[in-house]
Amino acid sequence: YTAGGSSGAAKVVAAGLLTVGGGVGGTILYAKWDHKFRAAVENNVPYSDWLLGLALGPAYQGDIMKQVRMDSQHVWVIIADSVVAPHTELPLRERPVEEVAARLAQQDQKEQDTLSSVSASLEECLASSAKATLQAIGAQEAAVQAITQHIHKLKEAMEAEVPPPEKSSQWKDLEAALADRTSAVNDAETALLKAKEALDSLKSEIDKSKGLKVSAVRPLVLAAEENLHNMVVDLDRVVTKLQSAESESKIVSQYSDLVNEAKLQFQREVSSLTPEIQANWKGLTGKLSADDLNALIAHAHRRIDQLNRELAEQRVREQIHIDASLEQQKLEDQKALEKAVLTAVQHIKEDTRLEQERKLSELREVMEAEMRTQLRRQAAAHTDHVQDVLKVQEQELRADAEQVLGSKLLEQETSYRQLSQEQLDNFTLDMNTAYARLKGMEEAIDSHVVAEEEARKAHQLWLSVEALNYSLKMADADSPTMPLESAAQAVRDSCHDNDFALALATALPEESLQRGVYSEASLRARFNALRALVRRVALVDETHNSLYQYFLSYLQAALLFEAKQEAPPGQLCSEDLDPFRLLSYASFCLEHGDLELAAKLVNQLRGEARRVVEDWLTEARLTLETRQVVSLLSAYANAVGLGTTQAP
Amino acid sequence: MGIAKSFLTAKNMAAEHGRKWDRCLADTAVKTVTGLAVGVVFSVVLFKRRTWPVSLGSGLGLGMGYANCQHDFRSPYLVHGDMVKDQ
Repeated sequence: YTAGGSSGAAKVVAAGLLTVGGGVGGTILYAKWDHKFRAAVENNVPYSDWLLGLALGPAYQGDIMKQVRMDSQHVWVIIADSVVAPHTELPLRERPVEEVAARLAQQDQKEQDTLSSVSASLEECLASSAKATLQAIGAQEAAVQAITQHIHKLKEAMEAEVPPPEKSSQWKDLEAALADRTSAVNDAETALLKAKEALDSLKSEIDKSKGLKVSAVRPLVLAAEENLHNMVVDLDRVVTKLQSAESESKIVSQYSDLVNEAKLQFQREVSSLTPEIQANWKGLTGKLSADDLNALIAHAHRRIDQLNRELAEQRVREQIHIDASLEQQKLEDQKALEKAVLTAVQHIKEDTRLEQERKLSELREVMEAEMRTQLRRQAAAHTDHVQDVLKVQEQELRADAEQVLGSKLLEQETSYRQLSQEQLDNFTLDMNTAYARLKGMEEAIDSHVVAEEEARKAHQLWLSVEALNYSLKMADADSPTMPLESAAQAVRDSCHDNDFALALATALPEESLQRGVYSEASLRARFNALRALVRRVALVDETHNSLYQYFLSYLQAALLFEAKQEAPPGQLCSEDLDPFRLLSYASFCLEHGDLELAAKLVNQLRGEARRVVEDWLTEARLTLETRQVVSLLSAYANAVGLGTTQAP
Repeated sequence: MGIAKSFLTAKNMAAEHGRKWDRCLADTAVKTVTGLAVGVVFSVVLFKRRTWPVSLGSGLGLGMGYANCQHDFRSPYLVHGDMVKDQ
């Protein structure tokens, strides 16, 4: 059966383990689900809180609401620290008048200087540019004249039938005229360049002076600009005249060139035909033969035919050429027109700009005049205001001064009155003190008599209380003292008129008066005897009082050992209310003579133990009461005696 | 008023405990022996010298004594109620 037994034992062991494990697991699971159950288990089963904490984590958490509140605060952190840069304005201080005047004078001076310098420079520039322009205009006109002259001469030379010597002179004149024209044109060009240079410099000068921004200069500038504009306009006009004259001369010269070319061509032809005939065919006379003449006439006819043909061709070409030239002329006309329009537009623009500037300067002057009047008005207002403020200040200062004077006068008066009053008071005080001393002396003498009487009475009281105290001390062990009646009576007699002592004397408990009280030593002895019994019935109380409980209580008393005496702590905690501890504390107190504390500690016993010590407690109370009353009386008698005792 | 109730002599409360025990033990002993005796008588007379009346009787006696003893010790704690009849 051993195998079966061992397997049976193993089965039992296994079953036991399973049950225990199942129980623990089930408890843990249920504790996880039900918090109250968990708390109950933790309270009743030791070390379960450790186990459950290990398995499930700490118990029920507290508030998680705190976190929510923290987050909401973040939202409201407004970064509205828009730091406005403080106006770092320098405090405006008023400059003194002289400084202002000096500065103004300085400014005026400067203005004048600039004005004079600018005007000087402008005049200079204007003069030079005017001169140059006039020169240029003169040169241009001269050039125009020369050109027209030349053209005229050219025309004359080409068209007029003039005898040879005059022709040569004419040609010479023409050459001279040509030379004149070229020189005049060159002069005109140089003059034009110079004039343009001068005008440019004037323009730059004007711009510079505009840049100075001095108001007084403006009219000068305006005038200079106008002059400049006029000069430019004149110059342009003259240049156009010159250009038109030149274009005309070009046409004429082209024509003259063509004519010359034709002449040359004819001459070449004639010379080719009759090589021996000289160039000047007009000088031919009878030197020619009939053949030559016929040949010449034939040639002439041929030439005429050719010329007619050429003429016809030319007429046709002429038309084409005219058209082409018309086109060209149109183009050139358009270009010229555009240029003229452009220059006209520029001139108009310039005009309008100048007009605008003039109007602006006028307006500015008007504005400045107005501002001056406003400033003057403001200055006047300011002076008025300052006058008013000064008046007010004067009044205030006067009022202050008067106030100070009045207060000072008042002070002086009050001090004088005070002094006189003091003198009076001192005198009265002296009189009063003398009278009081007299009265005091009389009273002292009277009170002496009274005090002596009091002292006697107090002494008597003290003697009687001492007697009472002595009778209290005289007690045998295990039997009460003698009745305290007589002594109490003596005390009562010696304090008829004293309510306090009378009350105390009547407060003595009846039993002590009739029967007497036990001494402390007897109480102590009885306590030691009682202790064993109290230990034995420690577990028995109102609910646990069966005989089985009595048996357990006896067992506990037999097995439990406590200290014989133990110093009681300052404050009793719940563990100190164990009967055994209380007994050791009470024993200690009794050994050290503290009956009161011992009684208090014994009073903490409960149940059967309390019933058993009840009468000991009553005795102890009685003794304590009597002793308290007697000690109060003796203290009082001592106090009274001290009060009335006279120092030797 | 602590001393208004009946003032027993100093030794009385402690001695009372001892007296109770004396009474109790004496009473139990007497009852047990009486029970034993009655049991013996009954066993001899009625039940053919069987053992069980003896043990029954002694047990009865012991039990009664125990119950009396317990009641005596409990007596200070028992609350006596009066029935109030509505008239």
